[in-house]
Amino acid sequence: MASSTVDQSQVAGNGLREKVLTLNSMNPRVRKVEYAVRGPIVQRALELEQELRQGVKKPFTEVIRANIGDAQAMGQRPITFLRQVLALCVNPDLLNSPNFPDDAKRRAERILQACGGHSLGAYSISSGIQLIREDVAQYIERRDGGIPADPNNVFLSTGASDAIVTVLKLLVAGEGHTRTGVLIPIPQYPLYSATLAELGAVQVDYYLEEERAWALDVAELHRALCQARDHCRPRALCVINPGNPTGQVQTRECIEAVIRFAFQERLFLLADEVYQDNVYAAGSQFHSFKKVLMEMGPPYAMQQELASFHSTSKGYMGECGFRGGYVEVVNMDPAVQQQMLKLMSVRLCPPVPGQALLDLVVSPPAPTDPSFMQFQAERQAVLAELAAKARLTEQVFSEAPGISCNPVQGAMYSFPRVQLPPRAVQRAQELGLAPDMFFCLCLLEETGICVVPGSGFGQREGTYHFRMTILPPLEKLRLLLEKLTRFHAKFTLEYS
Amino acid sequence: MQRAAALVRRGCGPRTPGSWGRNQSSAAAEASAVLKVRPERSRRERILTPESMNPQVKAVEYAVRGPIVLKAGEIELELQRVSAPACALFPQVMALCTYPNLLDSPSFPEDAKKRARRILQACGGNSLGSYSASQGVNCIREDVAAYITRRDGGVPADPDNIYLTTGASDGISTILKILVSGGGKSRTGVMIPIPQYPLYSAVISELDAIQVNYYLDEENCWALNVNELRRAVQEAKDHCDPKVLCIINPGNPTGQVQSRKCIEDVIHFAWEEKLFLLADEVYQDNVYSPDCRFHSFKKVLYEMGPEYSSNVELASFHSTSKGYMGECGYRGGYMEVINLHPEIKGQLVKLLSVRLCPPVSGQAAMDIVVNPPVPGEESFEQFSREKESVLGNLAKKAKLTEDLFNQVPGIHCNPLQGAMYAFPRIFLPAKAVEAAQAHQMAPDMFYCMKLLEETGICVVPGSGFGQREGTHHFRMTILPPVEKLKTVLQKVKDFHINFLDKYA
Repeated sequence: MASSTVDQSQVAGNGLREKVLTLNSMNPRVRKVEYAVRGPIVQRALELEQELRQGVKKPFTEVIRANIGDAQAMGQRPITFLRQVLALCVNPDLLNSPNFPDDAKRRAERILQACGGHSLGAYSISSGIQLIREDVAQYIERRDGGIPADPNNVFLSTGASDAIVTVLKLLVAGEGHTRTGVLIPIPQYPLYSATLAELGAVQVDYYLEEERAWALDVAELHRALCQARDHCRPRALCVINPGNPTGQVQTRECIEAVIRFAFQERLFLLADEVYQDNVYAAGSQFHSFKKVLMEMGPPYAMQQELASFHSTSKGYMGECGFRGGYVEVVNMDPAVQQQMLKLMSVRLCPPVPGQALLDLVVSPPAPTDPSFMQFQAERQAVLAELAAKARLTEQVFSEAPGISCNPVQGAMYSFPRVQLPPRAVQRAQELGLAPDMFFCLCLLEETGICVVPGSGFGQREGTYHFRMTILPPLEKLRLLLEKLTRFHAKFTLEYS
Repeated sequence: MQRAAALVRRGCGPRTPGSWGRNQSSAAAEASAVLKVRPERSRRERILTPESMNPQVKAVEYAVRGPIVLKAGEIELELQRVSAPACALFPQVMALCTYPNLLDSPSFPEDAKKRARRILQACGGNSLGSYSASQGVNCIREDVAAYITRRDGGVPADPDNIYLTTGASDGISTILKILVSGGGKSRTGVMIPIPQYPLYSAVISELDAIQVNYYLDEENCWALNVNELRRAVQEAKDHCDPKVLCIINPGNPTGQVQSRKCIEDVIHFAWEEKLFLLADEVYQDNVYSPDCRFHSFKKVLYEMGPEYSSNVELASFHSTSKGYMGECGYRGGYMEVINLHPEIKGQLVKLLSVRLCPPVSGQAAMDIVVNPPVPGEESFEQFSREKESVLGNLAKKAKLTEDLFNQVPGIHCNPLQGAMYAFPRIFLPAKAVEAAQAHQMAPDMFYCMKLLEETGICVVPGSGFGQREGTHHFRMTILPPVEKLKTVLQKVKDFHINFLDKYA
């Protein structure tokens, strides 16, 4: 085998030639993608953890990762029943073990029977195990007071993120002025902006009302839509309810108004409802878009296109690592629905353990089941603790000068607004950083607390926020909140 | 047949299990459901329609789960599980990780517990339920690197170059995504083998990249010929910017195992033409022919010396779905990247982070695969027996299938050197081709539909994988248990002879 002479023009200074894949030659859309939840501040947090491990002295003894909605990473225990059934599914020999309750065994057998070759190790059909789709449909019906759900409209997915991306993918078309525009809330969960960047779709921001507990105002939707029509074709409207990072739980009236708006303006509705089990505030109640839509009757109920998403990562389960989730599509064009299935089939199927877990989440133990008591107790404990932490967070931040925090009505985060002195803003600009990123980096270096700057989620110009999870154990959270507010005071003083 | 033809044209297929005849297309079911519920006669046009949807998605084809195979797949998958004897260590470690209370149970061997503890300690909150780092759990990446190093006779692998993924498909899709750029004549061209595993064409379609076909040499056991690569890349330069070369070794659907010389030639070609190499090696543990050996692209690249090993950009893929464990449902996989620009690695992690992380149970599955019991460990003997049994069985079935197909007039099957499939060539009489055209179907699709209708056996037509013009094939797995496989092969033989007769 003869080797050609190396083309010298391609040889870089170090003797290596220029690569095929560089920042300049890569997919430009991918380059634009940002995802703050695991962005630069988290990378810095990792470095600090590394330094701590190496024995470097720091003003703190541990890094607190309050950046990501991962309950179990912060010490929340998995629900026993869920893990028992799953263990029985992954190792069916355990069905003979006396150490597992009967109902867990029955559930495992039921799931296994629905799997190819009676094993979680087989691929399932691409839309998910049929039995589980049926169970999800029944869950939706129960949740929505009897409004029917068709299992054929339920597609299991690798976390909710997977399904959200799939639906958005279907929607993106056109070019230039006819390129698909997608309305997303500001502040938003940055999966949306990242996906729109990757797909080359047009992001259309609508602002939530901070002064009114992050309420969604249809007038603002209108404003956003009208401006957008100038340069794109708006075709979809995304709502996150309960909100992330904002935690607001939309009122029923608001949801109806949104649906009417979407119908009028011909927008495909995406309802991200992964926090539907995380509602804490008295007076707040989760209303599913599906339910409200159906109860609105014609012309909405039979014609408004809707995709609703749920996940096993949040709620009281916190099973993020299993990547369980589903989407229910309503009024979707049957041919498009086939296309969606086709798209899903290229990736074969969502992880089967995640599907199994989802099944347990949507059909938990009944009051007559042996595991019911323990299940209920664990579930209530988790939700009660989350509610307590939501209240504590709100309280501490509200009392801190220079920090204001809307009620944490639901979800898993606080998104307080922080006042930053002009000199700090200036310093940030000198460093080429968003002011709240600068604040968060200083916070991290000083206290080891890792939160995500509001600029990663979007916010009104000139305002600064950060998103912090409410997930650390209660007492630890109390300490963190105190540390944080002390730091903010110090920071304010330092840059006065 | 008319019904089947209609379904094929519409791209629909049954979504629920059940015999072929009993099913309606889901589209029809949907439509009738809507009609029952909806009183109004007219409805306004939807926002999202086949006309208004993403045209790139529309263009995607994925034959493996296409119309005929939605049904076929279910059968295949069932057989896949039934035939593979359990590798006991796998469910043990997995159960211990899932429900750590079991670590106190005397019913689990110590080596399984050791592995489970190692995995759990590396997880947030010591739980599979936490998100992991987007690149994957650190110690599992280390274990993968150690596996690669052992596999490649000491050629070092850096954990930092290892990315755990949701099956190999996820990694392949991600790398292709990053690679695709440019517009018009400078749009990225991706070279893929024909026949190919249709993930590649599907992803290329979705990304609106340019598919550049290079034909494997059927007369030569599906060998990869560098002259053909050269031909393909030259032609492609006319209308795109060829940047990527995909190799599947062992091959799917073709089952060929590339010789070391061939791999060296391919690497040299990639070096010459400045192509990014993707080496899909998910069947690396499925090599049956005694004359063949798996050579990893990574190893060969390294052994070719620094001009190549420091310059050629390579991504190699593996998975928990194949081999001797066959744990498809867990969606475990990894990719090893070589010579990627550090900034690109940063971009890669960033892209992966949007989806947070691959399923942690799948990562654990990968860890079990790369960390099998070693001599001295409690589970070693049983594990070795199980592994031998599975692989021995597959090898036997590979030979059986090849021999039986080659006894049938009008069928020719290349040796199944590796992987899990037979991809025999079928010689169809002219009348059959005409009949197919009358039904607006590819001839091998027509053949496969007939086979399905008459015998209940589901295989995927070669047109779903690509083949030389005028040739016809089908892909069948060798996964059913031996006796069942013999029955199936006999039925196919009988069907084929009848078919030849009927369309003589």
